Amino acid sequence: MARKLTPYFLLIPAFLIIGLFIYWPAVYSFNLSFHRETPFGTRMIYVGLKNFKRLFSSQVYTDSVKVTIAYVTLSVTITVILSLFLAMLLNQKIPAVRLYRTFIFAPYAISPAIAGTLWTFLLNPVVGHVNYFLMKTFGIQVEWLTTKPYAFYAVVFATVWKMMPFDIIFYLAGLQSIPDELLESARIDGASLWKRITKIIVPLLSPITFYLVIMNTITTMFAAFAIIDVMTKGGPANSTTTMIYRLYLDAFAFQRTGKAAAESVILFLIMAVITIFYFRLVEKRVHYQ
Amino acid sequence: MKMSTKRRINTIVSEIILIFVSFIVMMPVILAITMSLQTPTEVFSFPPKLFPSSFYLGNFPEALKTVNMGRLLLNSTIVAVMITLGKMFTGVFAGYAFANFRFRFKGILFAILFATLFLPAETVMILPLFLIMKKFGWINTYWALTIPFMASATNTFLMRQHLLTIPKDLEDAARIDGAGPMVYLWKILIPLSLPMLAGMSLVNFVYAWNMYLWPLIATMSDEMKTVQIGVKMLIDAESANNWGVIMAGTLIALAPTLVLFFAVQNLFVKSLVRAGIKG
Repeated sequence: MARKLTPYFLLIPAFLIIGLFIYWPAVYSFNLSFHRETPFGTRMIYVGLKNFKRLFSSQVYTDSVKVTIAYVTLSVTITVILSLFLAMLLNQKIPAVRLYRTFIFAPYAISPAIAGTLWTFLLNPVVGHVNYFLMKTFGIQVEWLTTKPYAFYAVVFATVWKMMPFDIIFYLAGLQSIPDELLESARIDGASLWKRITKIIVPLLSPITFYLVIMNTITTMFAAFAIIDVMTKGGPANSTTTMIYRLYLDAFAFQRTGKAAAESVILFLIMAVITIFYFRLVEKRVHYQ
Repeated sequence: MKMSTKRRINTIVSEIILIFVSFIVMMPVILAITMSLQTPTEVFSFPPKLFPSSFYLGNFPEALKTVNMGRLLLNSTIVAVMITLGKMFTGVFAGYAFANFRFRFKGILFAILFATLFLPAETVMILPLFLIMKKFGWINTYWALTIPFMASATNTFLMRQHLLTIPKDLEDAARIDGAGPMVYLWKILIPLSLPMLAGMSLVNFVYAWNMYLWPLIATMSDEMKTVQIGVKMLIDAESANNWGVIMAGTLIALAPTLVLFFAVQNLFVKSLVRAGIKG
């Protein structure tokens, strides 16, 4: 009898926490998103889907959606491609390769907030080395963090720097699991390096690429908040205000609870779609094996 | 002959690219160290220096004083350790339940836990979570910073996968010897899982140490903030923008995880990959 109840006891701590701090907030934000605070903020009144309608007719919000799409697409694409390239270089048996790995992996242990601080410093127009270098070699001077569109590129750059090690670690593990004989025999058959990459390596690594695209999308949509908050605070002129930054502003700077709850629901739904998509594909892959 | 020349060229090109990339990747950290060792007058010298000419250490105590970095470091340590311990505890228990027991609703419960895999509560849920924490009266306490993040689908899954590889005979033998399920977990399974648990806790620790958005809104007073927020406070506090002090503070905030990472890199890499490649 005791043994029958044991598993339930074992599950209590985990389910208490996800119930109270994930499922309850999720339901709560759905509920809030259908309400609006009265002018004095004393109580909430039911407004149906009005919060969502207002969101999508507000230019500020649709702009944040566009910024998010551009930022996620650009950062994830660059990170994945660069990481695959660097992983292939790091997978060779050449002198000092372990040392390079250690250095190139380092930003994994550096937080997004600190990544943002470091790049804010390097891009600083007065004390930053990047600007000095650009001025010396190309004669250009750019106010990276305060002018459009450079602030956006600066944030993308810092994001790629921070995210790359994670991807390289996975690609390296993937490359090490590809048998040498496979690539060697393709080479003997006369397949060029480009052919070997596109016809063998990329297809074999596609499950990893898929996983990395999902993880990177989540990172850029949410964790990169810190990079943006430190480097640009969403500016200039909202050009780096992503959806999570907009949510933060509406919820905590402007105290628009109903509107911000609707924004939470939208982000939640995006994550739900990504999760379902992920499990579908993983399931398929497991069936084929 | 031709092949070996080709290979040599390939090696040289690879080395050059990797040296260049290593330099670019490490540059922010190297220049942060340089900047942190400069006197206030040197900081604003033009052109910016690549190497410090003096080994000025005054920026470090200055950073510690300006935003009370000592307290923030303590907070970050408390928060990261508590989250790590909590995640390990719930993960080990839940993983054990799913791996070693048969019970009703197992499939549904597993799915409910797994649906949270990509739901980072500390970002997606900030608004409702904040309101709930307010109801609990937990805002500006360690509880708000830690308890909501003490369960994780990833830890549970890893523990389950690991326990499934341990032969069932062991459990039967333990039961015949009169060991109950908790004794078996504590005396047999956990000792057999130590390397995996160590790697898992490292990844959890770095994750918790690096949290930013939630501590930013869940804390009100300066003495409850974490070191990640401290770095931003330092930028705001140094109105004259003495980057020497800011970089000193940044290095203090960055050192624990970076040193940990350099020390046990292989364990990190292994655990990350294990956590990622599921199914």
